[in-house]
Amino acid sequence: MAQLLAVLIDGLIYSSWLFIIAVGLTLIYGVMKILNIAHGSLYALGAYSAASLAGFWIKQGYPPMGSYAVMLFAAILVGLIAGPVIERGLLRFMYGKDEIVLVLVTYAVFLILEDFVKLVWGVDPYFISQPYGLLGSFVIGDLTYPNYNLVLFGAAVIIGVVLAWVLTKTRQGKMLLAVIHDREMSGAMGINVGRVYFITFTVGAMLGALGGALTAPMISVQPGIGAETIVLAFAVVVIGGLGSLPGAALAALLVGIVRAAAVHYRPELDLFSIYLVMAFVLIVRPKGLFSVQEARKI
Amino acid sequence: MNRRISKILLSGAALIATALVSANGHAQDKPIRIGLVTFLSGPAAGPFGVPAKIAAEAIVDSLNAGKVPAPYATKGFGGTPLELVIIDEAGGATKQVAELRNLVQRQEVDFVIGYIGSGDCLAVAPVAEELQKITVLFDCGTPRVFEDASYKYVFRTRPHATMDAVAGAMYLLESRPGLKSYGGINQNYAYGQDSWADFTAVMETLKPEAVVTTSQMPKFGAGQYGPEISVLLQSNSDVIHSSLWGGDLEAFMLQATPRNLFTRSQLILVAGEPYLHRLTGSIPDGTIIGARGPSGVYAQKSALNDWLRQIYKERAENYPNYPAYSVAQAFLGLKSAYEKAKAKGASGTEEIIKAFEYETFDSPSGKVMMKLGKGHQAVTGTAYGATRTVNGQITVGNVKYYSVERVQPPEGVKSIDWIKAGMKPGKW
Amino acid sequence: MKRDPTLPILVASLVILLVAGPFLPRWGMFLINVSLCYGIVVLGMMLLMRTGVVSFGHGLYYCLGAYAAGTLDQVFKISDMAVMLVAAVIATALVSGALGFLLRKYRDIFFAMLSLAFSMILYGLLVKSSSLGSSDGFNITASNIAGITVAGTSVERYVRYALTVTSAFAAGVFMHRYLNSHMGRLAEAIRDNELRVEYMGASVRNVIHVNYIISAVFAGVGGALAAIAVGHIDPEMAYWTTSGEFVFVGILSGTGSVLAPMLGAFIFETIRSFAYEYSPNTWQMALGITMLVVIMFLPGGLWSLFTRKRKAA
Repeated sequence: MAQLLAVLIDGLIYSSWLFIIAVGLTLIYGVMKILNIAHGSLYALGAYSAASLAGFWIKQGYPPMGSYAVMLFAAILVGLIAGPVIERGLLRFMYGKDEIVLVLVTYAVFLILEDFVKLVWGVDPYFISQPYGLLGSFVIGDLTYPNYNLVLFGAAVIIGVVLAWVLTKTRQGKMLLAVIHDREMSGAMGINVGRVYFITFTVGAMLGALGGALTAPMISVQPGIGAETIVLAFAVVVIGGLGSLPGAALAALLVGIVRAAAVHYRPELDLFSIYLVMAFVLIVRPKGLFSVQEARKI
Repeated sequence: MNRRISKILLSGAALIATALVSANGHAQDKPIRIGLVTFLSGPAAGPFGVPAKIAAEAIVDSLNAGKVPAPYATKGFGGTPLELVIIDEAGGATKQVAELRNLVQRQEVDFVIGYIGSGDCLAVAPVAEELQKITVLFDCGTPRVFEDASYKYVFRTRPHATMDAVAGAMYLLESRPGLKSYGGINQNYAYGQDSWADFTAVMETLKPEAVVTTSQMPKFGAGQYGPEISVLLQSNSDVIHSSLWGGDLEAFMLQATPRNLFTRSQLILVAGEPYLHRLTGSIPDGTIIGARGPSGVYAQKSALNDWLRQIYKERAENYPNYPAYSVAQAFLGLKSAYEKAKAKGASGTEEIIKAFEYETFDSPSGKVMMKLGKGHQAVTGTAYGATRTVNGQITVGNVKYYSVERVQPPEGVKSIDWIKAGMKPGKW
Repeated sequence: MKRDPTLPILVASLVILLVAGPFLPRWGMFLINVSLCYGIVVLGMMLLMRTGVVSFGHGLYYCLGAYAAGTLDQVFKISDMAVMLVAAVIATALVSGALGFLLRKYRDIFFAMLSLAFSMILYGLLVKSSSLGSSDGFNITASNIAGITVAGTSVERYVRYALTVTSAFAAGVFMHRYLNSHMGRLAEAIRDNELRVEYMGASVRNVIHVNYIISAVFAGVGGALAAIAVGHIDPEMAYWTTSGEFVFVGILSGTGSVLAPMLGAFIFETIRSFAYEYSPNTWQMALGITMLVVIMFLPGGLWSLFTRKRKAA
């Protein structure tokens, strides 16, 4: 019983994290039909900026509680710089190309940014321990969990709810849905598709960086974290159905719980639990959990 | 558009041409070229690769200036200055095989010193043999290199990893004779699996009644250990064994400490030394720490040790960690073999190999003996200690040294067989 | 229409490479050897691309071919190169034949991701198998060919090189013929419009299935040859970044001719090799920039440089 409870809590925490790293990816795919491998680099950039800025903040002796704001600021900053640079400077010349070519364009950006990160931050891991333990912890059964995990969970819920609200209730969101549904038609109806793309990519980049920033206090930010994360994010997005927000949430939940269960009951399966889930889901539902039926072109 | 491409191609060609010219410029005073292969990118760069690179550069400068303490005071190797060609070890074994060929045939290095990853060591050894180029493996640990094959041109100047498990278990049982249960968390790749397999084998021999509670094998680079920590907590093990290193180790400590894992269980980190100073505040006192040899924090005071600490500190923020000592062992071992051969009148490859086999030489971490693998595999004793925080700094205390015969199988016996047969000290 | 010069070029390259081999510097010979192994895999990728699907999991077959060859040596003590190649062909044909029944229903990114999942499962299984060396992998020695021992002789390296060159030639000829056959031409039709192909009475799924098997076998042969040339194999061959590289080289090369993948693979390996040497800290950046330049200015891949010139002339 205690173990089952632990599986649920561990799974939920991990799911929150998965959702946060995957949501930007699914948003960008949904609108722009780009599977953005550079999302991994944005995650890394967010994590590095947050770790070094928050580290600086704490070193200066400012109130440690402020480090959360600093981390948030770092993520927004990364999103606001990197997003427009990548979209305006590169991607907009590529629209209309094959989906796979676009994947490779972002792969190239990913490679470039990997070395960029190394040039800026070096190869030594960055690690800030304060924000993780600062909020105290809660006890369930015989297990202690730092409250920071609640922050992660809360952030996932807030991001999900806000995005859903924006998409379904606001004018901008409805315009976005129109673009998702039919890019050419919405262009013809007077929606500025270029602007929608620009904003979407910037928001997506910001979400990627936010994922990194929120993760930074729990891990040691080291070279290669982008590559590790992007595959997980991909898997979640594909399982959920590309471009689907509720799909990503459900997929994150599924993968999170399965992985936690694997660790608890069958540690030897942990390594490929996520891929087993992905293969299984895709075999049963070829386009993921939530998918839009597309008309076949004739 | 074509013009633009040709411009790019041209500038590329110009770049390569300048690089070639500058390489030729060096060739005039004919220094000894040493290819150094070490991680410059990826997770292994921070804790291992870059410290090794810093140490190698410092050592080469110091050797060229003739400022190394006896018996290494001769400039360079036997009076000839050294020159480094540095290659990134990242990218996997296949790429390393190609890069070794390039180093030897394109860059025309005289010796190769390198390789931290065990997979890379296994892969390059037969190639070094084919290329007939003396290659010194400096930091990989798998016993398979010389236990599964024998080589003429390949040497390894650090001991293999068996002793990490053997001495670690001995130290653990000396400090906790009443130990009843233990669990493990190791990365799911060859080194992590081997560490755990060796450790459990040694424990079964030394303390058969102790129970294994759980073996957690998170993915290499996983970063998130929430569920694993829950399992370890619920296992209530007396001891937790781990071979995590670098960023993964830091992440694990960061997440496990606030969850009070270490108030329930004692921790033993067989490769915890390289990042020890960074774990301040996240590592409980009394954690058993290994440095995979009497290196780093366990290196005993000597003129050579002082020298390495000083030249390293001049280039880095911290004192050298064990990979820096490993690279020093490689350079000094090769130098002593080279000079021994030269003293006999010839410094060709064959003569150097003869001199290197069964050589005993001094290093910053003490005496190194090339006594396994037909004289190609080094052995040393090793050391373990436990952490203690003094004035906000992590130090190690209660250090114990273990002699070679207690922790290493003698020639001709495979590590795992020796462990299972009760680890009888061999004749050395 | 002008006569297609592909076959004469293939024959000429075969002769030139075989004759020039012994005179090349050893590193150059190895570079060509490894590039051609890669080239064979990318040739298979090209067939898939022409069919309109891209696999992000071809590392699966690359790795499977290599391990089929490797386990022969490691477990059964058979170290004949010819036998190794046959084993690789059989293993990859069987596995791709089976997985093909699933994959043929998928398109686009889902095809890519499902194949990625399969290759990562193989990766996980191999990392788990400590008897096969886990992530370290193991060394393989291909010491003889068709019963003649070459290990330890001075021609050892050349024999491996010649085996690869000949295999690449055979693969090129086969693919060239295939692309010009009925099935081969259907591939491009499917990429352009699946539904119309169906209306014409051809089975899209069967074509995709067959092409998938062919490309998998090519990847397996490439993997086995790479294993023979390099002498070491490890699970990294099935990791998604390896598969990503195949797609990368495929796009870099272009799908215009069977010669393109060979050339593309060679250029890729050369760039990487020199980037490693001259900018050890920024070689990934160099690769990324090259990729962007090619996509921006040569949308048809490097091969379009040649076709464009021909048109102009």
